[in-house]
Amino acid sequence: MKITEEMVDYVSTLSRLKLPQEEKTRMAGELEQILAFMDVLNVLDTSEVEPMSHVFPVKNVLRPDAVEPSADRAELLKNAPVPDLEAFLAPKTVE
Amino acid sequence: MELWELTALELGGLIQKGEVSPVEAARAALDRLAGEQPRNNAFVTTLEEEQVLARAKAVEAVLGRGEALSPLAGVPMALKDNICTRGIRTSCASKILGDFAPPYNATLAERLQAAGGVLLGKLNMDEFAMGSTSETSWYGPTRNPWDLERAPGGSSGGAAAAVAAGECWYAIGSDTGGSIRQPASYCGVTGMKPTYGTVSRYGLIAYASSLDQMGPLARSAADCAAVLDLVMGRDRRDSTSLDVPVGGLLTSLAGDIRGLRIGLPADCFGEGLDGEVRAAVLAAAQVLRDRGAVVEECVLPIMNYVVPTYYIIASAEASSNLSRFDGVKYGWRAEGYEDLTDLYEKTRTEGFGAEVKRRILLGTFVLSTGYYDAYYKKALQVKAVIKEAYDAAFQQYDLLLTPVSPTTAPRLGESLKDPLKMYLSDIYTVPLNLAGLPGLSMPCGFDGQGLPIGAQLIGPALGEAKVLAAAHAFQLETDYHRQSSAGKEAC
Amino acid sequence: MPWETVIGLETHVELATQTKIFCSCTTAFGGEPNTHCCPVCTGMPGTLPVVNEKVLEFAVKAGLALNGEITRRCKFDRKNYFYPDLPKAYQISQLYLPIVRNGKVPIRTESGGEKVIRIHELHMEEDAGKLVHDPWIDQTRCDYNRCGVPLIEIVTEPDFRSAEEVIAYLEKLRSTLQYLGVSDCKMQEGSLRCDVNLSVRPAGSQDLGTRTEMKNLNSFKAIARSIAYESRRQIEALEEGKRVLQETRRWDENKDATFAMRSKENAQDYRYFPDPDIPPLELTEEYLDRLRAQIPEMAEKKAVRYQTQWGLPAYDAQMLTGEKALAGFFEETVNLGAPPKQASNWIMGEVLRRLSADGLEAGEMALTPGTLARIIALVQEGKINRNTAVKVFDAVFAGDGDVDAYIREHGLEQVSDAGLVGQVVEQVLAANFKSVEDYLGGKEKAFGFLVGQVMRELKGQASPQVVNQTLRERLEEKKSM
Repeated sequence: MKITEEMVDYVSTLSRLKLPQEEKTRMAGELEQILAFMDVLNVLDTSEVEPMSHVFPVKNVLRPDAVEPSADRAELLKNAPVPDLEAFLAPKTVE
Repeated sequence: MELWELTALELGGLIQKGEVSPVEAARAALDRLAGEQPRNNAFVTTLEEEQVLARAKAVEAVLGRGEALSPLAGVPMALKDNICTRGIRTSCASKILGDFAPPYNATLAERLQAAGGVLLGKLNMDEFAMGSTSETSWYGPTRNPWDLERAPGGSSGGAAAAVAAGECWYAIGSDTGGSIRQPASYCGVTGMKPTYGTVSRYGLIAYASSLDQMGPLARSAADCAAVLDLVMGRDRRDSTSLDVPVGGLLTSLAGDIRGLRIGLPADCFGEGLDGEVRAAVLAAAQVLRDRGAVVEECVLPIMNYVVPTYYIIASAEASSNLSRFDGVKYGWRAEGYEDLTDLYEKTRTEGFGAEVKRRILLGTFVLSTGYYDAYYKKALQVKAVIKEAYDAAFQQYDLLLTPVSPTTAPRLGESLKDPLKMYLSDIYTVPLNLAGLPGLSMPCGFDGQGLPIGAQLIGPALGEAKVLAAAHAFQLETDYHRQSSAGKEAC
Repeated sequence: MPWETVIGLETHVELATQTKIFCSCTTAFGGEPNTHCCPVCTGMPGTLPVVNEKVLEFAVKAGLALNGEITRRCKFDRKNYFYPDLPKAYQISQLYLPIVRNGKVPIRTESGGEKVIRIHELHMEEDAGKLVHDPWIDQTRCDYNRCGVPLIEIVTEPDFRSAEEVIAYLEKLRSTLQYLGVSDCKMQEGSLRCDVNLSVRPAGSQDLGTRTEMKNLNSFKAIARSIAYESRRQIEALEEGKRVLQETRRWDENKDATFAMRSKENAQDYRYFPDPDIPPLELTEEYLDRLRAQIPEMAEKKAVRYQTQWGLPAYDAQMLTGEKALAGFFEETVNLGAPPKQASNWIMGEVLRRLSADGLEAGEMALTPGTLARIIALVQEGKINRNTAVKVFDAVFAGDGDVDAYIREHGLEQVSDAGLVGQVVEQVLAANFKSVEDYLGGKEKAFGFLVGQVMRELKGQASPQVVNQTLRERLEEKKSM
């Protein structure tokens, strides 16, 4: 499959990465090469195979609905790049 | 013999007997570290001397009261930098995490602490554990103690180098596609990835959640068994952790492998495998045979599919797991952004390195509308096929023996030029992560340039005891694991 | 040309659990920003989700009550998008295997008929945080207290044709979920939120028109008005030969209109995939049976029982069962010995009057069934009369006061002592000679006046029957003298 720069733009936008032009061109080539390599999987007929997202049959892992103390707010906030006593801060989001 | 040349269990034994105090052990480690770190850059964060000694004193006090703690109590160790340590910078060797100091410990860190572990610092790695050389670290590459111009392997390169250079007696790495086993092989140490779900992932900063698993790197299989006894076991904070009985691995090591059936998959000894590596692994097979194991050739007809399947699944999960790094809640934030989207894009573009971005883009692509079925879903189906192939092999064999990596340690800078070639070199290690199986890398020889070669023992799910039994038997018979890079230099 | 409006609903309901869906932080409403948070719900790296068993239980109960098919093996998926209210940059939700599919909700239509609204699916997911713009620093403050609060999203097929049907469905849904105890469904606090998908088409057409999605609908009134506005807007656009754009529109309560939200700068491609951190849920028949057995009697069944068992009129039965809290109050009052009809009359009359006057929901009422039952009993025993009873009710309503103490303290007990009444009657007859003469002369009206005089002397607390009887006897005696 041909990976165009538009396709690289599309996935870059989705993943919030902004590639400079030369990187974009290189990435399109690399992705195309890697994806071509992945096409080897199409040799296998897996139409009857259930997709396996969990390798072991673990199931129904649940916890009781019992409140435990929340964390100390100052500790949660202390790694924020913009310091504040109450909240995490982001650029304006209101439309 | 210097303290740093001992195995973790040997040092632990001296501490138990009161012949060496935890503080003496910690001082020896700090001295060694001070000398080696400038050469190999195995650590990204070293704790202050006072912190380490205070911890060693605390363990000493507990032992002084006659409490046993564990066979490794008082033994200095280090953790890969993607394992959360409360109040201590945990960066994944990435610029984007900045000085992130988690307000919580990984479950594994807590368990080691409870067992009397003495933490020296955090170990270098490929950024977010994505890489095979430990060169993609924001904090500069780690160098292989056997040849400082060579890579230590990756992504747990810092862990392997630190153990090889005698800076710590054991280290914890993480393994998503071979990141414990391959650097162990390149650095001549023993490393083990246990069965998926046996070590809690709580506090391990995720690369690919369905494949990530932590495990030990140390001087010997017995050391690995001792560490695994401390860290394995169900954790209510990790829903994927298995509720199975664990422990007793160390005491189960007897060295008797008579009648153990070991398969040598022909598919793992074909094209692309370096001749010296091949010869060393086959020689290891002979050693096991000589100790009474039944070793024979077998088939594993899925090797063509394992690398593509791995990179689709790992990249897809990574693209989601790494989305939270956006400059809002923790870590580094870019400057000069205009609005929210610009903040996200600048922070992530400048904060992530090239390999991480490549995998995020690849992972985003395989999950995007129109491609999900062809790539991601297909990979989950092939994963089932791969697991089935291993299940079939373990119907006939107790263990499988393969190379760890097609070559020995590459020169720095050599691998990064061609990403696809680098991905292909993971062929022998990634299928275990896909199938959730335990695997151990043990030193089994040296190539013509004196670089260590590793052999991989693979067990069925929860077959840790068998894997360790075979490795221990091998190490009773050989001394590759006791050779050190320092000894080589002296020659 | 006649047009038909076609509507589908996506309703988010907050579940009434104690803790969040994937961590043990409280779900309590309010609280200082970021104080109901931990490393898990603030999306710190390395943390992992663990499913709250109550969330699964509530979702399954809702599915059973909405006549849905329960997915025996269900999974959680990640929905990936960047926004500061979502700290992991993915929402854990369900796309591929939602917990419930193919539900059916019968509603009453305006014409009195029944219509079945089909539920496409019901799935579990986590709520996002709250973003507040701070004008002082011109930045957004992210509060993750709500982040991880469990939700179920209930998606209908496009089966509605009018606002009335939508409201009837939502009332039914609210009543059902309240009866189950899985949600309090308070629209004001956002525990029931609704997005309306609406399109129009020429009447008789089978094709669906282009739809818009309306958000920010905070009350039934807003829903009804927005539907009216939006269908009119679409019809006008089409009649003018314009196109309807598929877009998300925001309802503006003050302007009474919908407005297109700024189209997202980027494509919506959520890249859903099964969450590798959460093993699948496999539900056994025994588990479902156990939950089935816990499902309480719902409004409609209850209303029928009130009519057959207790002979209440249909209207009363429907009113009493409309809200779980009210029905519970009624049943408890009856259990404490109040005659059903009396209890119903009191609740339909005085209780609803006070709730409405005080602006309260039935569930927020301080008055207990025991107190109302006591008032009813005192009336029945003749200890107080009806007028006094209403006074007492009003006095004790707000604080669930002690009825007997209040009556005692205010001397409101009814006088039934024939001797005392006899004395007062004698006094009144002696003091109102003229009226006695009138009565004896055949003027029946004078009797009423004399009764009033006796009641006044006894401060209104006399039993009317005893007064009537005593007075009648004495006057008859005088007649025969």
